[in-house]
Amino acid sequence: MKQVLMKGNEALAEAALRAGCRFYSGYPITPQSEILEYLSWRMDEVGGEFIQTESELSGINMLLGASAAGARVLTSSSGPGYSLNQEGISYLVAADLPAVIVDVMRYGNGLGDVSQSQGDYWQLTRGGGHGDYRTIVLAPSSVQENADFTYEAFELAEKYRHPVLIGSDAAIGQMIEKVSFPEMKDHDIDTYEWSIKGCKKGEVQKKITNTLYYMENYDDYLLNKYQQMEDNEQRWESISVEDAELVLVAYGISSRICKEAVMTAREQGIKLGLIRPITLWPYPVNAFKELGSECKALMTVEMNILGQMKDDVVLAVANKYPVYSYTTVKEVPETETIIEKAKNILSCKEA
Amino acid sequence: MKLKAPESISFAETSFCPGCGHGLVARLIGEVMEEMGMTEKLLTVVDVACASLNIDTWKFDTIMAAHGRPIATATGVKKVRKENPVLAYLGDGAAYAIGISETMYGALRNDNVVVIVINNGVFGMTGGQMAPTSLEGQRTSTTVMGRDVKKTGKPFDITKMIGQLDIAYLARGSVANFKDIAKTKKYIRKAFEKHMNNEGYCLLEILSPCPTNLGMTPVQCAQRVDDAMRDQYPTGEYIDNGGNQ
Ligand SMILES: Cc1ncc(C[n+]2csc(CCOP(=O)(O)OP(=O)(O)O)c2C)c(N)n1
Ligand code: SF4
Repeated sequence: MKQVLMKGNEALAEAALRAGCRFYSGYPITPQSEILEYLSWRMDEVGGEFIQTESELSGINMLLGASAAGARVLTSSSGPGYSLNQEGISYLVAADLPAVIVDVMRYGNGLGDVSQSQGDYWQLTRGGGHGDYRTIVLAPSSVQENADFTYEAFELAEKYRHPVLIGSDAAIGQMIEKVSFPEMKDHDIDTYEWSIKGCKKGEVQKKITNTLYYMENYDDYLLNKYQQMEDNEQRWESISVEDAELVLVAYGISSRICKEAVMTAREQGIKLGLIRPITLWPYPVNAFKELGSECKALMTVEMNILGQMKDDVVLAVANKYPVYSYTTVKEVPETETIIEKAKNILSCKEA
Repeated sequence: MKLKAPESISFAETSFCPGCGHGLVARLIGEVMEEMGMTEKLLTVVDVACASLNIDTWKFDTIMAAHGRPIATATGVKKVRKENPVLAYLGDGAAYAIGISETMYGALRNDNVVVIVINNGVFGMTGGQMAPTSLEGQRTSTTVMGRDVKKTGKPFDITKMIGQLDIAYLARGSVANFKDIAKTKKYIRKAFEKHMNNEGYCLLEILSPCPTNLGMTPVQCAQRVDDAMRDQYPTGEYIDNGGNQ
């Protein structure tokens, strides 16, 4: 298909439709409102349902009903709204229901503000809602990936009967880039044997509720589901890792700066590499097996205060290397600073 | 009166306390579905409170939604399964406390769902705490000296809140005596007829005994619904827009 220029959020919305999503319920919040605005008219064009709800709580719980009825469903939010979505995400997990939920991350705790940030990493990757669960989290770093990952998220949600998250961020949501879309797909709401349709005489009724209530080996079932995801769905991109002395680890918007930093540093004779997690969970621990013998340290580059991803890198390298963080909170990281910090680390000065 | 129970009810699985109103309403819904030929079509969404026990009582395809969210969830179902009747079934705590926003907005949008709220004047499932509908002076586990309306506000009457809205149907019934049960069944049927006619939001509140949490025998508790609850919450039809939407 030909390429068009489009805003990240809108590309995401269009890709959802193309993946066969015909139900959206959600509430406006910057910097994701374009998803909802775009679908408010585009859903009509394709014969789907769009509902601007009174809150994110209502949005996610409405979506749960639509998912149970067999549709491909989407909601999107940011920060404070994503916190409210978590009630329903926990219920979707409990009931084995597929859904795609987008968090276009914004800055700060509480209301925070609307600027870009990567501060919801822990919330996205640790479950977040009540109970103990995990969800696949895809982290796009371009408008094209906003589209591609959304399209794929529906497949993954269906494959595992599980909600799938997209951890996008304000910069990617708001930037305009060229994008080409995957083909339009139809989804039949009668596809699933488990969805509610009406119970015919002699059939066993469908109960969409906590799987725990009727499954004997519930814990094994869930552990196995998560294991399958960890075995099969780790995704990442790596650049010049084999001979790197310092490996950067960054996702989303900051990974783009890191790519530039790797190139610039190499021109200066500094051997940087990059691991870009595409799935924030399952964390791509396999990517770290590619580290070469010259590797001395790693450094996460992320836009939050606490260096949230560092823990996962520490686990992935099993303490074999020191791990540093360069955190920029709401400013996009700078190539020069990355290189500066890399030099300091490699010359054994503190980062 | 029909004595044979509808096939959509499983007595083996039901687990309501003796004398509970939920069980009566569950049966009435089963009877109405049978009479309307919709037993194989009804999709229900129940709350997690005592309403949730219906997931085993009924043989309808059912979702157990989060506490207070069944109406939003039912709207989601109806948007996808337009041909099916869709019922949201919940308690007064769910509908008027934690889920008041979902209850109100379903009405404001005039969502095409049938909502049945069981008003038993307490939070049943969690052990008899005060509900928005508890009566003035009513002793509950969180109002041990009796509900003090200076602290809690007055008992909540849904008809005063959505009674002026452009919805399809608003009524209040009771299952505390034989006559009211028959009337309530008519209301249920009417709500589903309007629903199948795509007229919009139909909310039916049903006064109902909770003997367990009021510490009464089933008969005493039904008597209390008749005597005290009906004064505060008059039964009857409040909005009956008859397709005028
Ligand atoms: C978010 C949340 N808060 C609290 C609860 C605990 N809870 C379960 S049922 C219930 C009250 C139920 O009362 P009501 O809706 O009146 O229904 P009844 O059991 O009386 O039929 C509460 C508070 C919960 N499950 N979820
Ligand atoms: S606690 Fe009350 S409402 Fe719940 S099943 Fe028992 S009698 Fe019914």
